Formats: sequence, structure tokens, C-alpha cells
Amino acid sequence: MAEEVKLFGMWASPFSRRIEVALKMKGIQYEYIEEDLSNKSPSLLNYNPVHKKVPVLLHKGKPVAESLVILEYIDETWKQNPILPADPYEKAMARFWAKFLDEKLWPAAKKVVLSKGEEHKGLIEEIQEHLKTLESELKEKKFFGGESLGFVDIAANIIFWLLVVQETLGLDILTEDKFPGLHEWNHRLLDDAVFKECVSMERLLASFKVRFGALTASK
Amino acid sequence: MSKEEVVLLDFWASPFCGRVKIALAEKGVEYEHREEDVLGSKSELLLNSNPIHKKVPVLLHNGKPVCESTVIVNYIDEAWPSPPLLPTCPYERARARFWGDFIDKKIFEGGAKIWGSKGEALEVGKKDFIEILKQLEGTLGEKDFFCGDNFGFVDILLIPLTTWFYAYEKFGGFKVEDECPKFSVWVKRCMQRESVAKALPEPEKVYEAVVMLRKMNGIE
Repeated sequence: MAEEVKLFGMWASPFSRRIEVALKMKGIQYEYIEEDLSNKSPSLLNYNPVHKKVPVLLHKGKPVAESLVILEYIDETWKQNPILPADPYEKAMARFWAKFLDEKLWPAAKKVVLSKGEEHKGLIEEIQEHLKTLESELKEKKFFGGESLGFVDIAANIIFWLLVVQETLGLDILTEDKFPGLHEWNHRLLDDAVFKECVSMERLLASFKVRFGALTASK
Repeated sequence: MSKEEVVLLDFWASPFCGRVKIALAEKGVEYEHREEDVLGSKSELLLNSNPIHKKVPVLLHNGKPVCESTVIVNYIDEAWPSPPLLPTCPYERARARFWGDFIDKKIFEGGAKIWGSKGEALEVGKKDFIEILKQLEGTLGEKDFFCGDNFGFVDILLIPLTTWFYAYEKFGGFKVEDECPKFSVWVKRCMQRESVAKALPEPEKVYEAVVMLRKMNGIE
């Protein structure tokens, strides 16, 4: 039976990229539709009228929105290569960490891009506190998911965006000496065949330099 | 049958704690309830169990802590599968999680823009809040509960937050019943459930606490 799977996304959105990682990990065929966020398609607005955002997954004509909700939907619908652990407690921990990434790390990382000079110090300290927490959660594990890539690793793709921000603005936030575990994890992820396909570091850097590179001049 | 040890670190006025109490009651799980002095001094157990956020609710199941109310409600549903709080079909489950996420992002913060401000800002907050309730009313439609005939996940996440609505109404000078009558019918329907009625504080008591919060924040 042909499954119709479509993904409305945007190449520079980490939330959109999370879904591509999950679909590719499970070997699911899908049609990708790139959205111009400055001119959103009628389809996107129709399928996500509440938030009007990417990503939106369309499965057999029915839309699912919000990246973490979509990841759970994908995991429940296609059982191969599970993303979430089976054990309820381990699952709860995975959900907790994904929430932490989205509610604590991401907002702080976004603020850094939009702030200047003096404000950076306080924000960097805040981000580093969150990174310390993540570093200690990672501990000696290969991935947040243990031996293999899982839900939290996929959600933690926002760390790549943080690395792009820090290089663009010439800031030292996630450094190898302060965060050796995360540093290693980052390399491991960039070595992963699926993950590599879904991150475009060079393209992000180029794009960020154009949009935000001027901010470094005011330092 | 081995004895399960279930402890809830709670605060009476917290709607997030209310969610957990309702979920445990729906599942018929017995637990030890410990009230935390969240505005005063938090217990060692709380600080050790939730070192990252230092907040209630925390559910301790056989000594293992679960934090964040939505994560806890999901955990309760999976650790004690009967009766289920989420629908069985993946699409309906995704819909429930989507609205749960919407509720988490919009309601409490939206309400804070009413009780936590005055003048023009309060008016804007009130308008936005009513819009949010109208969106929820729209998705409820003609159904008894958010996912259909059965009380479940979305209802559990939302109903405790409504105990703060009386405070918003007093400060904002409006009534939810007038703006969103179908929503109010849903509230009354939920409040008829024993699990809900027993878990939630009186809105008048919450209002008194919010008055204090307002004073503490210097808004008067």
C-alpha cells in the first residue's frame, strides 16, 4: 500500500531538519516541500492554521505539526529503528531532555544572535550553564540515546545551530576544553550518514554570515 | 504483587501539580502526598529530585524522579496503562499531544499577562487570552471532551489551569462563560468527575494567592 508522506520544511530550520533525520533513519520515502517563510504557501497555512509554521508532516492527507509531536507520531506509525526507548521511565527522561533543549537552550541561543556586545556575556553564561547540564547528562555515553542515536540526539540538533552562531559572531561558547563530551558527540553526529545529510553546516554558516556577520563589526 | 512506592511533591495552588493528581486518581494509583513550601524553603528531596528546575510537581516512582507535568502525565499513562488517557490511534494521539503543547505554551503565560499587569497591557493580555480560549473552544467543537467521548490527556492538562481563571476574570473584568460558553460547559463537565473535584483547589482560594503574588510583584 503506497503511503503518501509529505514534509513541509525549511532547510535552515533545525525543527524541520529533525523530521528529515527521523524519516531517513526509518527509511521512509517522502516528498519534501521547501517553504519560503517570508511567503508561506496556502497549503502550509491550511495544514497548520494554529501556528502557521514548519515543519508539518502530511501522512495520507492528515497533517501533524510541532516537531517533537511529529517525531513521536513517526515513531508510533513506523516501528523500525525506534527513536524513543520502550521503557516508560527511559521514555520520560528522553521527553524531559527534549523539552529542556527546546525550552531552555534554544531560546537562549536565539537571544545571542539578536543581542549585542555587553548583553552577550550574560547570555553566554546562561547558555554554558545549560550546556554543562547537557554535558553531565551525556556523561560517558556515545549518544544521548545510549549506543545509538535517539530522540534526544535528534532534538539536540539545535546544538549545531549554536555552533554556527558562535562561529559567525566570533564567540566562545561551546568549546572543546569546557565541553569535551559534547564536542565529541558533535563529531560523532556529523559522522553519521543520516545526520550528515540533514545539517548543511557550510550553507548555514554562509547564510548566517550574510544575515548576522555585520554584528561582529560592532564588537 | 510488589508494593509500588509513589510519592508526589506538590503545591496546592499549582495547576501543574493538579494535572498529576488527576492522572493518578484516574488510574487508581495510591500515593504519598508531600506539600512543598515553594515560596519559602524547598525540601532537600525536591532539590535533589529536580536539581535542574527545582520545581513541583515531581513524581517519585520507587525512588526514581520524573519532572515536568506533561512528561509526568505521559509517564503515568504508560506505567499504569489502564484506563488509557490517550487515544489508541497514532494520529489522534498526535492531535492530543499537539493541543497539549498548545495549552502548555499559551494558557498559563497568557493568564500571567492579565494578573501580572495593569492598564493597557492588561487589556491586551485579556484580548489575547480570550482568543486563545476561542481556539480551544473551536477544537473542542461539539465533543464532550477534547479527544471525544472519554475524559483524557488534553482535558487533564487543561482543567487544572481553569482554577486560575476566576483570578483572571476579577483582574480583567470579564467572564469566560460570556466569551466562551461551550468552553464553560466543558469546565463544568470535568469538574463533575471525582478525580478532578478532589484534586483541585477552590478558585476563590487561588484568587487570594494571586492577589498576594500581584502585591509581591509590586503591581497595584
